[in-house]
Parts: sequence; C-alpha cells; structure tokens
Amino acid sequence: MRRRRSLGHDLLGLLVAAVIGFPVYWMVLTAFRPATEILSVPPKFWPGRPTLGNFSRALHSETFWANVRSSAVIGLGTVVLSLAVGALAAFALARFRFVGRKAFVVVILIVQTVPLTALIIPLYLLLNDAGMTDSLVGVVLTYLVFTLPFTVWMLRGFIAGIPVELEEAAMIDGCTRLGAFRRVVLPLLAPGIVATSVFALVQAWNEYVLVYILLSTPTKQTVSIWLVSFQTSFGTDYGGLMAGATLTALPVVLFFLAVHRRLASGLTAGAIKG
Amino acid sequence: MSADRRGRRRHRLLPYLLIGPTVLALVLVLGYPLVDMVVLAFQDMTREQLFSGSSPPWAGLDQFRRILGDGFFWTVVARTVVFTAVCVALTVLCGLFTAQLMHRVSPWVRATIAGMLVTVWAMPVMVASSIFRWLFDADYGVVNWLLSRLPGVEMSRHNWFTDPWQGFAVIVAVVVWGSLPFAAITLRAALAQVPPELEESAVLDGARPFQIMRHITLPTIRPVLVMVTTLSAIWDFGVFNQVWMMRGGQPEREYYLLGVYSFIESFAVNRYSVGAAIALVTVVLLLAGSVVHLRQMFRTGEVE
Repeated sequence: MRRRRSLGHDLLGLLVAAVIGFPVYWMVLTAFRPATEILSVPPKFWPGRPTLGNFSRALHSETFWANVRSSAVIGLGTVVLSLAVGALAAFALARFRFVGRKAFVVVILIVQTVPLTALIIPLYLLLNDAGMTDSLVGVVLTYLVFTLPFTVWMLRGFIAGIPVELEEAAMIDGCTRLGAFRRVVLPLLAPGIVATSVFALVQAWNEYVLVYILLSTPTKQTVSIWLVSFQTSFGTDYGGLMAGATLTALPVVLFFLAVHRRLASGLTAGAIKG
Repeated sequence: MSADRRGRRRHRLLPYLLIGPTVLALVLVLGYPLVDMVVLAFQDMTREQLFSGSSPPWAGLDQFRRILGDGFFWTVVARTVVFTAVCVALTVLCGLFTAQLMHRVSPWVRATIAGMLVTVWAMPVMVASSIFRWLFDADYGVVNWLLSRLPGVEMSRHNWFTDPWQGFAVIVAVVVWGSLPFAAITLRAALAQVPPELEESAVLDGARPFQIMRHITLPTIRPVLVMVTTLSAIWDFGVFNQVWMMRGGQPEREYYLLGVYSFIESFAVNRYSVGAAIALVTVVLLLAGSVVHLRQMFRTGEVE
C-alpha cells in the first residue's frame, strides 16, 4: 500500500518528538549539572561538565532509603492483594454467565470514575476509627479502591483472549473447573498479570494525597511525599529536585518500557473490536 | 442422579464464590466510605468529634445550603468545568494530531515518537509537576528565556503564578503533557484499524483531506475517541496533585478546583462535613460523564 510519506512529515514528527521529550531531557540534564550551569543565563542546551553532586545530595537526604522501602512495601502489598482477589473475579466475568453479572460490571466501571480525592475524608475517618492511620497496612487496604476494579477489568480482557477450548480439553482429561484455571489459564495469563501488576505498582508508587494524609512518621512516608518535602526544604535547589525527580521516575520508566505494548493493547482491545 | 445435580449446583455457585472476595473488598474500602461520605455531608463534623469519637450532630441540608448559597463555590465549579473542558479539548486534539502524524512518518521516526510517549506516560504526576515548575521558573526557567527570544517579547523574571490565568495555563500544560501519551497511543491504535482501501478510493473519487477525516476516519475511530474524551474528562475533573505541587502545598483561593477546595475544607479548616458535601457534589457532576462512558462501553460490546 502507498502511504503518503515525505521528508516533511518526518521532520515534523521529529519536532513533535523533541517537544514531547524536552521536559524529560531537561530534568535529566539539570540533575547532572553543577549549580553554576543550572543558573546560567542564557541556559545551555547541551551537557557541559556532568556531576553526581545533586544525586548524592538527594540520596543522602535523611529519609530517602526508608521512603523507597516503604513505597516498595506498599506497592508490592497492593499488587499481591489485588491480584489474588481480582484474578478470581476476572475469571468469573470472562468465563461464566450468571445473574447479577451485568450489575457487577457496571459497579466495576463506575467505581473507576470516582476520583480518589472525593473519598479521602471518609477513608481517613474509617482508618482513624480502626486505629490504622500511620500504618502501611491501612494504606495498602485503601489502595485497593483504585487497583482492584482496574485489575479485574484488565485481567478479564486477558482471560477472554485465551481460547476456552484449552480448559475444556483439560477438563475432559479429568481436571476440575478451578484445576483447569490453575493449570491452563494461569500460566497463559502470565503476560497479562505482569502488565496489570506493573500498572498497579506504578499507581501505588505515584499516589500522593492519601499517604500525605495517612502517614505521619517520616520514615514510613513514600517517595512521592519525599519528593514534595524535598522541594520545600531545599527552596529553589532545582539541581537536587531534578535529581530526586529522576530517581523517582527511573523505576517507573523502566517498568513501563518493559510492558507498554501489552498495556496499550489491554486498555484498548475491547474498545476497538466494536 | 444426585451427584450430578450437586455438581451442577456447585457449578452455579462457583461464579459467586469467585467474585465474593472482590465484592467484600469493594464494599469495605469503597461502599462504606461512599455511604459515610453521604451521611457526613448531612451532619456537622469538626475536629472535636474526630478526637472524642462521638457521633457528630445532624445538620440536615445546612452544609448544602451553605455551599450552594456561596458565590465562591460556584466560581470554583465554573472554574473546574472550564479547566476540564480546556484540558480535554487540548488532550484530544494533540492526541489526534500526534496519532495522525505517527501514521504518516517513517518507521524509525514513529519509533522515536512512541518511545518519547511511553517515557512521558511513565512520569509520576509529582515528577511532571516538579519539572514544569522548573521549566517555568521566574528567574532561571528555560521557557521565559525562550519566549524572550521572540521579537517584542520580554519575559525575563516573569512570574507565571502571579496571574491565576497564566498560572492555570502552566497547570493545563502539565495535565495535557501527562495525558497526551494515553490519548495518542490509543488513538493511533484506532487509526490503524481504518481500512486503507476506503481512504484510497476516497482519494480517487477526489475527496479532500478534510472530507476523508470527516467521513471516513472519524466514524471509524468514534468509539475510541468517545472513550478517550470521557476518560480524560473524568480524570481532569478530579485534578488535585498538579495544583498542589505547583503551589507548594498551599494553593491560593484563586487556584482552587473542586478537588482542592474539598480537601482544604476538610483537612486544613477541619470542616469535614463541608468537605464531604463538596465531594458529593463533585461525584454527582462526574456521574454525568460516567454515564456517557458506560453507554459507549456497552454499545461497543466491550462489556458482554
């Protein structure tokens, strides 16, 4: 097929890529710069004498590693819990017709549109009553609000893509329904599980408002709180701030680059089929 | 055969057992708080009840009368609606533009754009907001310097946040930059589904690019377009983090959006019930968007 490709389009495409990518480039560039280059007028657009000083300032800030640990614990806890609970419901949605299925789907979809900020007050009061403010377990439980519906919805799509005949064959060979799920569907579901858990992990890593309200002990707080407090405690130390931002973004970027294809197809598959 | 019947009954129960844990979790962490929020909006809860644990007094419709009779509340509502509309329009337009462009360029340029999009997609909101604060810094921000290069423009030491309109322009820029990857990548996937034969025969019939867009491309990608639009609207209506970060955790009243307003009423002023009432109004307004979203999902058969 003839596509109308031209040099003009390619140049425009590169320009668009440059504009989209510039803020990230500027973040990394600033992070590796000594203060004299950061505060130079006119700004320099190419690397000069790179330094690790900003990173060492960021890494040596008092609570950094404690905050990374707490972000990782919260993220992993959220992922494990929402996968364990969500995979079962996804299996039910993809493979069974039952009374109330449509209502369940509507709830799952509506829930995803409720903004987290609207729920902060009652969630805070709930955990306050349960004595679970300033506890990582409390944070993990509240994060289920946004990871669980999403997990169910994504995994449902992935399971629906696995031919049901495979399970039927396993059941003819003597597997029970759940046995077939465990032995046949779960192994094939691995890519879907990876994509879904990365997304849940990233949401937990990035979330700010709830942890800001819930966690008061500095060492229990997460990386996103660290980044914001880092900004205020250092005033206009943009070198340190950009180094902190780079460190915060790095694991997420790596994860995303690893799974983005599956993520995009998982999010859109159904909508395009229509 | 009783064994067979028992087996069948277990088979009927199985889906309910499978969704059981999810339903339980949702009721606990979502259903209960939602109901509690509605109840709270009809009470008068302050710091006193939070610490004593006593139940707050009923206030009937007082909170709603207070906020709905307050001109400032309506200013915030209008501001949030306009903010959302601008963000969504820009996200969808830029997304469509980028997706169309990716359709037209050489493979290596396409890969470059895709790589940039995924990197930006992965940027945490707080990171994105920090970057834009630095880009738009009054003294050393690169944006002020670049704009000052334009003939007749003098922007050095210009503070973008003195004037809320300009401040919101920066906030819109972060929001659109952050949501562009999702829009562009999903729309690009949709554009790939447009049959090339249709476009080619339209060209042979003498159709102009605008007509091809209007009569062939848009109808094909309509479901995805509606999905991207409604999802962006739902997300942008609840924007909180970008404003919070840009204003250093202490947004001025001129920078309140509904999410920020509700949060500050609750946790800065400790008027939890007023905050809950504002949140409730927000959710009700959002439901309008959700209905459109749901109808599209059902129509495309995604749900069945």
